[in-house]
Amino acid sequence: MHSTILTLLIFIPVMGAVSIVAARSFRAKDSSHADSRLIALITTGVQLILSLWLYMSFDPTVSISESPFTVQVPWISSFNIEYFVGVDGLSMPMVLLTALLSFLCILCSWNINKQPMGYFSLFLLLDAGMMGVFLSLDFFLFYIFWEVMLLPMYFLIGIWGGPLRIYAAIKFFLYTLFGSVFMLLAMIALYFYSEPNTFNLITLIQTASSIDAVVWGFNVKYLIWIGLFIGFAIKVPVFPFHTWLPLAHVEAPTAISVILAGVLLKMGTYGLLRISYPLLPGEVASFAMILAILGVINILWGAVNAIAQIDMKKMIAYSSVSHMGYVLLGMASVVSTSTSGAQAGLNGAVMQMFNHGTITAMLFMLVGVLYDQAHHRWIMYPDDYKDKDLAGKPGFGGIGTKMPVFTAFVAFAFFAGLGLPALSGFISEAMCFIGGFSAFRTITVIGTLGILLNAVYFLRAYARVFLGPFNEKYSSLVDINFREVGMILPLAIITLVLGVYPKPLISMISTSVNGIIDIIQKVL
Amino acid sequence: MLKALYILFIPLISFLYQIFFGKKLKEKTPYVSLFLIFTTLLASLSILFSKLHNKPPDFESISWLSTGSFKIDLGIYIDGITGIMLVVVSLISFLVHLYSIEYMKGDSRYSRYFAFLGLFTFSMNGIVLSDSLMMMYIFWELVGLSSFLLIGFWFEKKSAANASKKAFLTNRVGDIGMFIGIMILFFATGSFNIETIGESIKSGAFSSNMWLLTLAGLLVFMGAVGKSAQFPLHIWLPDAMEGPTPVSALIHAATMVAAGVYMTVRIFAFLTPGALEIIAAIGAITALMASIIAITQNDIKRVLAYSTVSQLGYMIMSLGVGAYAASFFHLTTHAMFKACLFLASGSVIHSMHHSLHELGDHSTDPQDMRNMGGLKNKMPITYFSMVVATLAISGVPIFSGFLSKDAILAGTLSYYYANHGWTWFLVLAGFGSAAITAFYMFRLIFMTFHGKPKNEKIYTHIHESPLFMTFPLILLSLLSFALVFTFPSFNPIDYHGWFYDTIGYAKNYAGLDMKIVADGIHHAHYEAMFLSLFVATLGIFASVLFYLFKKIDPDRVMLALNSLGLYSLSFNKFYIDEIYSALIYRPFMWWSSIASKIDWNLYDQRFIDGLGWLTLKISDKSGKADYNWLDQKVVDGAARITDFFGKKLRATQSGVIQNYVLGGMLGVILIIIIIQQL
Repeated sequence: MHSTILTLLIFIPVMGAVSIVAARSFRAKDSSHADSRLIALITTGVQLILSLWLYMSFDPTVSISESPFTVQVPWISSFNIEYFVGVDGLSMPMVLLTALLSFLCILCSWNINKQPMGYFSLFLLLDAGMMGVFLSLDFFLFYIFWEVMLLPMYFLIGIWGGPLRIYAAIKFFLYTLFGSVFMLLAMIALYFYSEPNTFNLITLIQTASSIDAVVWGFNVKYLIWIGLFIGFAIKVPVFPFHTWLPLAHVEAPTAISVILAGVLLKMGTYGLLRISYPLLPGEVASFAMILAILGVINILWGAVNAIAQIDMKKMIAYSSVSHMGYVLLGMASVVSTSTSGAQAGLNGAVMQMFNHGTITAMLFMLVGVLYDQAHHRWIMYPDDYKDKDLAGKPGFGGIGTKMPVFTAFVAFAFFAGLGLPALSGFISEAMCFIGGFSAFRTITVIGTLGILLNAVYFLRAYARVFLGPFNEKYSSLVDINFREVGMILPLAIITLVLGVYPKPLISMISTSVNGIIDIIQKVL
Repeated sequence: MLKALYILFIPLISFLYQIFFGKKLKEKTPYVSLFLIFTTLLASLSILFSKLHNKPPDFESISWLSTGSFKIDLGIYIDGITGIMLVVVSLISFLVHLYSIEYMKGDSRYSRYFAFLGLFTFSMNGIVLSDSLMMMYIFWELVGLSSFLLIGFWFEKKSAANASKKAFLTNRVGDIGMFIGIMILFFATGSFNIETIGESIKSGAFSSNMWLLTLAGLLVFMGAVGKSAQFPLHIWLPDAMEGPTPVSALIHAATMVAAGVYMTVRIFAFLTPGALEIIAAIGAITALMASIIAITQNDIKRVLAYSTVSQLGYMIMSLGVGAYAASFFHLTTHAMFKACLFLASGSVIHSMHHSLHELGDHSTDPQDMRNMGGLKNKMPITYFSMVVATLAISGVPIFSGFLSKDAILAGTLSYYYANHGWTWFLVLAGFGSAAITAFYMFRLIFMTFHGKPKNEKIYTHIHESPLFMTFPLILLSLLSFALVFTFPSFNPIDYHGWFYDTIGYAKNYAGLDMKIVADGIHHAHYEAMFLSLFVATLGIFASVLFYLFKKIDPDRVMLALNSLGLYSLSFNKFYIDEIYSALIYRPFMWWSSIASKIDWNLYDQRFIDGLGWLTLKISDKSGKADYNWLDQKVVDGAARITDFFGKKLRATQSGVIQNYVLGGMLGVILIIIIIQQL
């Protein structure tokens, strides 16, 4: 039964997408497209319930190799490719996050009028792809899902996006494809150099480390690590591969920005933890310092850039760059000589992946709510704005008076974003720092400047948009409505609960994460 | 233990009640909070009574988070100091609730205000009760949040919005240091628990590298520099006066700003002599600088704000010289008389505000002392309580401030006798700012309450405030008498009594011999007392000459001083805000916008897209070669066949997305099938 859930989680969205298209034949041409979104809502709702059920029956203390939550069926036997899916402490939070955000994003996309059938069916395909990535335990399968996701994402940005949507979509697509090429090469190399030849990620944990070959004067394992890293780093995105992100986030429709920041970015770090870390522990050890430096660059560069942004969505996009830096720093700490430090760091990194997913989703949704009414999201109009009277002027001002409930939610999300204790971001960021500090003191101390910088842009934006004298131009704004509260409140509750009581999250991931640490600490 | 949890969580319940049900009872809603806070006051008193005479501490902790060998425990630690601090917080919080019922009446966010007060009291109690540095840090930041919300309570005012932002960010600068310090201590001792860290240090966790302990201590202390508004992070506190005045009394005078001192008291055992020396210097600079600024301010709340900064400097300096008990003693006495001063100034402002409102005057500043004068006849209760509190802060015998200040000055003097060198500066700062404090506080009293009213029209509409506002004033002024703290001893010049008895003796594991410090303070006691009496008299006397009898014209002195630029230096707060703006804020913002240009316009648009452009160029060339040669010459014939099929297949290009997707999927499947056949 448990294993059926895994397959259902991936394929229910596909069935949903098919039924949306099928429903077309039962519908008169001019009727409303409400059934598309309803089908999508039901599909993601069922998926969410299944993922919660999986969570309830899931035993986090069992390692993946003994876990009953796997399905292993031969698929392309001539290449030893299997349909091998499973869930452990590393993938469980990501599965929950994907299911939850997909469901909420359907609510968030409720008023899409432009070709809703196409939108919702593509969205569900995207959902299936994401779920597949997090559940795959076969590298080939992983790769297929990884690529399957790209296509719907390309169209979702390119058709339903903002003014620069085509440019943004192509950029996103090419950037990711560039990374995928390296990942593909690394995957093929892993397959051919491992003995026996396999894509099975569990078997590879045992066999990959004994690969011993030299190509172009480099150790193959080292090249594989680099290839995988480039593939994953673009997704995270790690500086200097990050410039697709602000553009794609700004141009994508709200729900897609939520998925991009909430789920897609985590695939990069998830891939590193699922594949690179256990398979290539020796390379992790020699690369950790660079990872820590890149993490700190992400933290600071993302934050410094976020401070300069005058578009709220772009600011949040850069804040994602910064917050993913914490994950990298925490991940780098795995080589710490202090076991408790490494455990704090890597657990913190995985917690940060989940917590940033919920917090940033809130942030994008809230900006979307304001955008829907005001039709712009400038903190300050740019100096070269097309309307000369507005150029260089504040975009809003004093919105707090007009939309108090909405503003309360924004304040909550902003403070969660800047890592206020009692909200979930704090503990994961703190643990990433504690871990980083135990392994790389100076680098981490430089990184702690992020604590201040992250507060700077959130508070500046908050003060400019929501505080101060009320801008009378916006007297027609109405406060957040029931549906919008419905999509933000669950995230807010999770943020608060995990901030006050982080145990459910950390006990879910602990065994798997500490297993990865053991693998790496053995080779130090 | 149950009582402690009650004290911690009841204010949170008050917060939740006001947020979710605050509108239900309309203007009666504060009474719910008032009652809840009153019960926590009773519980605090009962904890204090159980900890009198330095009874052994109670503590208990639970595991909050654990993975492998990394864990964070949260817990409660209660000793005499905790008990006293709980009473201070609950008492002032209760009085401020009571006072605010009148003061905030008619505000459009009445219930929200009491909600934030509840949130603040919760967070503050969290700091007071916490047994670990991590827990303290958590509540530390929450206090920062409530301070942000309360300073920016009237957020429609741009100045209030900016002040709240400034307060939070300035505090965060200190918090970074605190966080790093906590990490150093954690990795050296393996714990966040304050007692456990102390034990490890005692057994030599840092014995090989004491400099690291000095560094860790100073870094953790950075948190206190931010929260207790010490130089160079003091800049946020005066701006924080944009919040409602009762808030200033509760948070920015009596409790939150004292949290830094409280935290330093808690970690005192880890502070090495080297760290303490720097801490003393920071406190001394702050005390002296802020008192000099206070002389020239005309806004009644700003004078009090700088006075607060100065007094906090005193407490920090006192910790630096090892006079641990004196510091905590001054924290407590200061909480009473400073809350009284702020609430009294609020009473004046409230009354001025109403008077101006009746006159329809919106241009006159109700907080500017130059618009006041002669108010003592109209507001006798406010006047008398404020005078009592002023006598206390100036260090006049029989009032509490005399004893606590005297204890600090004795500590400073003995520190000088023991160390000599630069430490004469501490003595100068201590006695100098004592004189200046007496001077500017009486300047405030004389400008506000004495002399002729500056504006008769305003004066006629001035009324004494209602009972809810005057009762806290009376109570707090009574608590500014020395006897309150020395009971059962009636000797007005000796600080021994239940208070010192309850604090107990300070411990230091980092190399400071507390026995020597205590002896030194004891020997310097009388000397310090006579000197401090002398400087206080000097200050008051000068103030009387300047502002009461007007024997000396302050304006002429001002002009004379300004020929040296001294007056503007004080009036403009030593230009510290301007210096920060020019050296840090503006360069940083400039760098941030440059960084964003580098990131986008240069790196992405030129480099990344340049790579794309290059690829296009290359493929264009190869495409041309492909077409002109390969295609035109070789494949031309074949192309006609393709053309034929192309026309037939055009029908599939329907523009319907799902067809494309389907096509893509079919392609993938086809590839898989082909692979399978290999």
